[in-house]
Amino acid sequence: MVQLNLPANSKVEKGQYYKDKTGSKNIRKINIYRWDPSKNENPRLDTYEVDMDNCSSKVLDVLNKIKNEIDPSIAYRRSCAHGVCGSCAMNMNGKNGLACTKSHSELDGDIDIYPLPHLKVLKDLIGDLSTLYKQYESVEPWLKTSKVNDKENIQSKDDRAKLDGLYECIMCACCSTSCPSYWWNGEKYLGPAVLLQAYRWIIDSRDEDRKERLKKVADELKLYRCHTILNCTNACPKGLNPAKAIAEIKKMLATA
Amino acid sequence: MSAYKIIDHEYDVVVLGAGGSGLRAAVGLSEAGLKTACVSKVFPTRSHTSAAQGGISAALGNMGEDDWRWHMYDTVKGADWLGDQDSIEYLCKEAPAAVLELEKYGVPFSRTEEGKIYQRPFGGMTKNYGNETVQRTCAAADRTGHAILHTLYGQALKHNTEFFIEYFALDLIMKDGACKGIIAWNLNDGTIHRFRSHTTIIATGGYGKVYYSATSAHTCTGDGNAMALRAGLPLQDMEFVQFHPTGIYGHGTLISEGVRGEGGYLVNSKGERFMERYAPKAKDLASRDVVSRSIAVEINEGRGIGKEQDHVHLHIDHLDPKVIDERLPGISEASKLFANVDVTKEPIPVVPTVHYNMGGIPTNYKAEVLTLNGSEKTVPGLMAIGEAACVSVHGANRLGSNSLIDLVVFGRAAAKRAAELVKPGMKHEEIDKNETERCLDRFDKLRNSEGSNPTSELRLSMQKTMQSKCAVFRTEKTLKEGVDEIRKPYDGMDSLSVKDKSLIFNTDLVETLEFDNLIRQAITTMDSAYHRKESRGAHAREDFPKRDDENYMQHTLSWCNGSKTKINYRPVHRSTLTNDVQYFPPQERVY
Repeated sequence: MVQLNLPANSKVEKGQYYKDKTGSKNIRKINIYRWDPSKNENPRLDTYEVDMDNCSSKVLDVLNKIKNEIDPSIAYRRSCAHGVCGSCAMNMNGKNGLACTKSHSELDGDIDIYPLPHLKVLKDLIGDLSTLYKQYESVEPWLKTSKVNDKENIQSKDDRAKLDGLYECIMCACCSTSCPSYWWNGEKYLGPAVLLQAYRWIIDSRDEDRKERLKKVADELKLYRCHTILNCTNACPKGLNPAKAIAEIKKMLATA
Repeated sequence: MSAYKIIDHEYDVVVLGAGGSGLRAAVGLSEAGLKTACVSKVFPTRSHTSAAQGGISAALGNMGEDDWRWHMYDTVKGADWLGDQDSIEYLCKEAPAAVLELEKYGVPFSRTEEGKIYQRPFGGMTKNYGNETVQRTCAAADRTGHAILHTLYGQALKHNTEFFIEYFALDLIMKDGACKGIIAWNLNDGTIHRFRSHTTIIATGGYGKVYYSATSAHTCTGDGNAMALRAGLPLQDMEFVQFHPTGIYGHGTLISEGVRGEGGYLVNSKGERFMERYAPKAKDLASRDVVSRSIAVEINEGRGIGKEQDHVHLHIDHLDPKVIDERLPGISEASKLFANVDVTKEPIPVVPTVHYNMGGIPTNYKAEVLTLNGSEKTVPGLMAIGEAACVSVHGANRLGSNSLIDLVVFGRAAAKRAAELVKPGMKHEEIDKNETERCLDRFDKLRNSEGSNPTSELRLSMQKTMQSKCAVFRTEKTLKEGVDEIRKPYDGMDSLSVKDKSLIFNTDLVETLEFDNLIRQAITTMDSAYHRKESRGAHAREDFPKRDDENYMQHTLSWCNGSKTKINYRPVHRSTLTNDVQYFPPQERVY
């Protein structure tokens, strides 16, 4: 079997251990990936003992408790705290999700918290999403219509319903960063999040650029690196189905 | 103090904030050919506009007769006559075009049988000047803000707006009373950036996080408001804080007013639909201040639900599950996640929760910032829009679905006005070094704080004080105590502790800067509330239960220097913008 070695400076080392100081009888160990770009040190896994008797239900509540009461230096993104802004996407016990909607009671044992996989880490749990954002821009996420009058476009309820399951995407990147194809070819393959967004515009009955849009994604690397592994659909915290959106694009191309 | 590396930029216009209003302004500015930078501490689609649920108001008349004048009357009444009627006329008249424009941009609005934009009933929105309910609130299911925000970001990309994302703005650069740009800290690499601009547009949203329990995001810290205060400018009507009647009990997550628009209703522990007593005509669709006070009274008088009798129930279990699925999918999801409730079978436990700031940076209807110098006058080079601004269209109480329309109408107005004032490529003036030094001194001092008070403790103390002393009902006693207590966390900054000294994604320092911003707004809010000795809209004084038009048809202006405030007033505009509509004189406000 091939032996793979990580470069010496990327080995995750054992970090600091923060013992509970509250005397709580209900302690849970939380292991958090830490890396500070301003120090010339390897990443490490810090462990925090957290008093679960005085902690709300979500993983984000645990993180906030640690940041507020134990260690203010830990860095993660967060904002709305109820699953609509997509900031706090991270990997919890091996699965991507939003910390603000994931209940810690659903996770077994110690909780391991890492940044989203296969992103360049900027600090601690903050990953670099700039490539994904550029890919999003590349699908031209705006309505293309030649109508210039000041009346609204008429769209039937059925046509509007085709956008359900697509427009709700919050671009948290849980899906794309769970996709092995995206891990290996992230620069070229658009990945499930962006392809779902592409399909959202392709299928909008008001858009007049469907053919062009299809042509633009019909590419060996951009689209066909999807091998229907379905990690994306499994990872989506909003219950969307990016794999199906990708399949629909492939179908439209096959039958065009 | 200039050990920091400073990178200079020159733009015609800088927009600070990338939520609904900032993005709409950025689109208009780019269209006008102005070199525009949009600076935001979060990626645009993370902005709090994404959390708006129920809809955006506009008298389109897609679902029955409607008129923008009716919308105007409702807004004036909702505002308890504290709104400026010239601005309200502008808002309501421009609203239909602004919504149609959003549709053209691609917003996935829900549709009627004829394929038009779907509109739902909302609190305080009526037909024919206060008679019967109208369907005026345009909706994309219950994810309207999300749909609008993502669409506007797409438009901004289409127009090649230049974004500076995850840049935390520190201060305005002022010269002789005019704004010349901003200074910001790039979290990605730790560098300091100085943006020179002919016009700076503040679109930084509200400051809900001064309270302990709020529907607001963690990032709703009113950074732009605090920047205005530090620049010596006043904030307006800060005492008017909207409590949304239905935040999920114990968690604070918003449950849209659209739920009541679609037929949901509130009950107390006796199973009574108590809103019938407080608002015989509008019932559960009275304006938010009225419904929140009614819930508070029910709880105070012992008719609350639960072990602590401290909340009420919101029912939609009588609605057709198909309707819930089509029009309220997001709140079903939120109720399941945060209250463990299946809305098709059980009621949702709810309690009034801080939701919106009517107050903010005073502006006229063109979005130009105002200050008081004898009479009101504009501040050259500075505009404000969205929740950060106080135009004032919402006066003492905002109607539901009037905030999203405020974002796009005044975002558009700001771009239009800036395009009149600024010509592409105009030369920039030299700016005084002292401004940069002053800003970086504060930054550096906070960064190197070695005291004993963690930011999180000071923040908690501030939030608890606001929650207990400046809540739905207020009295001289609670406010007086509040005025003293709220200064303690400010004084606590003398011995502040910041552990992380780094410059890249130092979120310890970000939160400290945010706290420094919040506490100034908390102080102005408390002091403004203490000085307004009447009840109007969201400001309910138990010791002054009546509205006092003789003394208080006035906007409160509050300046803040350190923890010292100065309070002054400017009269509410008592005329309309044009002759298309007549001024609505104050009336008794009943629903």
